[in-house]
Amino acid sequence: MSTVEIDLENWSCPLPLRDYPRVVLGHGGGGQLSAELIENIFLPAFRNAELLTLADSTVLNVPPGRLAFSTDSYVVNPLFFPGGSIGELAVHGTVNDLAMSGARPLYLSAAFILEEGLEIKLLAAIVERMARAAREANVHIVTGDTKVVEKGKADGCFITTAGIGILPEGPFPAPFRAQPGDIVLVSGTLGDHGMTIMSVREGLDFQTTLETDSAPLYDLVAAMMRVSTEIHVLRDPTRGGAASSLNEIAAASKVGIQLEETAVPVRPQVSAACELLGMDPIYVANEGKLIAIVAPQDAAAVLAVMKAHPLGKNSAKIGQITSQHPGMVVAKTSIGATRILPMQIGEQLPRIC
Amino acid sequence: MCLAIPGQVKEIFEQNGLRMGRVDFGGITKEVCLAYLPEIAIGDYTIVHVGFAISKIDEESALETLNTFREMGLFEEEFGVEPAPVETRH
Amino acid sequence: MKYLEEFRDAKGVQGLLAEIRRLVTRPWNLMEVCGGQTHSIIRNGIDQLLPQEIRLIHGPGCPVCVTPLVAIDKALAIASLPNVTFCSFGDMLRVPGSDKDLFRVKSEGGDIRIVYSPLDALKIAQENPERQVVFFAIGFETTAPANAMAVDLAKKRGIKNFSVLVSHVLVPPAIAAIMSSPVNRVQAFLAAGHVCSVMGFWEYPPLAERFHVPIVITGFEPLDVLAGILAAVRQLENGEARVENAYSRVVNFEGNLPAQALLKQVFTIEDRAWRGIGNIPQSGWKLSPAYREYDAETRFSVGEIHTVESPLCHSGEVLQGVIQPTECPAFGRQCTPRTPLGATMVSSEGACAAYYNYGRFAPVSITTAEEPACAT
Repeated sequence: MSTVEIDLENWSCPLPLRDYPRVVLGHGGGGQLSAELIENIFLPAFRNAELLTLADSTVLNVPPGRLAFSTDSYVVNPLFFPGGSIGELAVHGTVNDLAMSGARPLYLSAAFILEEGLEIKLLAAIVERMARAAREANVHIVTGDTKVVEKGKADGCFITTAGIGILPEGPFPAPFRAQPGDIVLVSGTLGDHGMTIMSVREGLDFQTTLETDSAPLYDLVAAMMRVSTEIHVLRDPTRGGAASSLNEIAAASKVGIQLEETAVPVRPQVSAACELLGMDPIYVANEGKLIAIVAPQDAAAVLAVMKAHPLGKNSAKIGQITSQHPGMVVAKTSIGATRILPMQIGEQLPRIC
Repeated sequence: MCLAIPGQVKEIFEQNGLRMGRVDFGGITKEVCLAYLPEIAIGDYTIVHVGFAISKIDEESALETLNTFREMGLFEEEFGVEPAPVETRH
Repeated sequence: MKYLEEFRDAKGVQGLLAEIRRLVTRPWNLMEVCGGQTHSIIRNGIDQLLPQEIRLIHGPGCPVCVTPLVAIDKALAIASLPNVTFCSFGDMLRVPGSDKDLFRVKSEGGDIRIVYSPLDALKIAQENPERQVVFFAIGFETTAPANAMAVDLAKKRGIKNFSVLVSHVLVPPAIAAIMSSPVNRVQAFLAAGHVCSVMGFWEYPPLAERFHVPIVITGFEPLDVLAGILAAVRQLENGEARVENAYSRVVNFEGNLPAQALLKQVFTIEDRAWRGIGNIPQSGWKLSPAYREYDAETRFSVGEIHTVESPLCHSGEVLQGVIQPTECPAFGRQCTPRTPLGATMVSSEGACAAYYNYGRFAPVSITTAEEPACAT
């Protein structure tokens, strides 16, 4: 990785990892211990031609088109949760951000901040899951970095990934392109990821079969773009949930958004957990869902393609764009009244009232 | 003032001398203190607030209320006991 | 979920609305006491569907909002102590004290944990004997039995590093205070169903009689709320003033007797200040002498903290329905959802916060794509 130079051919007598069952400060020191981590954990998992150059920077071949570029940091607690881990999130989150511009993800970087004392086998498991997620998403992790901070100065493991994707010339989906009359589609049930994390949070935990929805979305996006050139906005509603993404779109496009609350797909377990904690699924995080805002004449075709895709089985039309009340998201409630879905001030908290 | 939701008692046990239970809320379950409902039995429905079962749901009263609404002609069709929609929010 | 979905039926809602419309002949002011009911009303838009004659006044029944400023300031002082782990219900963390909130204390290094139940806080105390674990025991009569149990268990099990910062409030004295106000406009109450599941409703007939006001025990789902409103309107139109139970699947007259017994043992009644309203005699619970050693106020010597609430804030009058939120001089200026001064702006369901959000646009009529708005 870029900060460490080692000669793999003449590599000899590495300290066996089992001598250090936990991460020590030296693993981030750039010396033998750093090299050992790379040799035994990162390289075997991520192995690809670009990474193996182990140069200070990786030189990439890029197909013709325009580049999309995105970065995100992952700090989830706990590191492992039902259906996934920080490893999958670190890949899916960034490739999905690329896909939301209509870009095909190609390459990722991965920077790790490790807390002294993290179990090496946990790190290995996270890296293994990252590698698997990258293979499934068809991207190469081509450069990276590792730092270790003293115990108490981080929470186990933080990962930052940046990604590069490619997209053809021409208009591409963007938050400012929603137009009155457009249809709002969602690719499946909302709130699965956020409520899965809640179910394992100390002090709030409950038992459920719920799993994170974390998944790479480019394949779904590509299928949608094959049937429509009028997908005006794509958004993956992560933190703050669908309501926050829609508020951002309403503000950026200077349009109003009207939802049919009863059309919003939500799993019964997510509904139940939200009832228990006093939360609203439409504000809960997702990691494998997208919102698409599509010209009305293409909406049916795009929805059909979404429903046919394994990651879009529960896709639904949930609302439309209007010229009324620009900048605001309004939902028709199940009893036929309306309510405003404002931008939340901070994170959603469990209520007692 | 107080968020409390209905669930069904699935299991009853003692924990450090405290009457506890496992309550199912439509697909998720949670450990709940049953000390305030000495009479409640497995299969009963209860209202739970901050981890405590505070009231047993009177199924007869519930049906009676729904029947009153029904007699007023409020409902188009008969209610099932379990919620009908699976992937749709209500 | 069973006993929820059945009480959210849209057709049933329309039927009850039609019945209310049929009965109502003149304007009536109803107060839903409970913040949970306010939440349901706003969340479902029930208020928009009612006939114009019926005005709902959102009462002082959000425990988070009415917890007095002085209690928040005490909590902030205790939570800032280095050896304290401070446990709280989630929605208390954003409630502002005099100059900060619990989130800010957390950012300054305070060990603050969100828990679902006071028993979770007790568990943290047992697992961390070297820490002083404090639970912020706020709430109405519904929450008090849980907090009482945590304190009683701590005493029985000899858990010395656990204590509670108590700020409990009681509904019946608040109803009496509202009805006694010379500017009162409330003509009927929807009483809080879950408070009554613990306390029963034996405290209410004297109130209904004394103030000649209908009191209807009301639940939380749309059909429950509308059934409560219908019962209240029927009484008002007939000139009656009775206690009526519209939430009989959960509430009975006596309430939960084992819970009431422990409450009586653990707590004693005292005067209590309500945020934005002021002092209401005999409207709070504090720990009884037998449990004083578990009182965080004395353990951490914060009893001397006295805080005066902002004179700018008129939330007390808003809570009583005397003024509209927009008539408060601080509304939207010094007081916004980001910088709330009073109870009614603190909670997203508070009357002021609701007005603030709704005020940003005129009421919309939602049309669907298939039915474009008529141009004529």
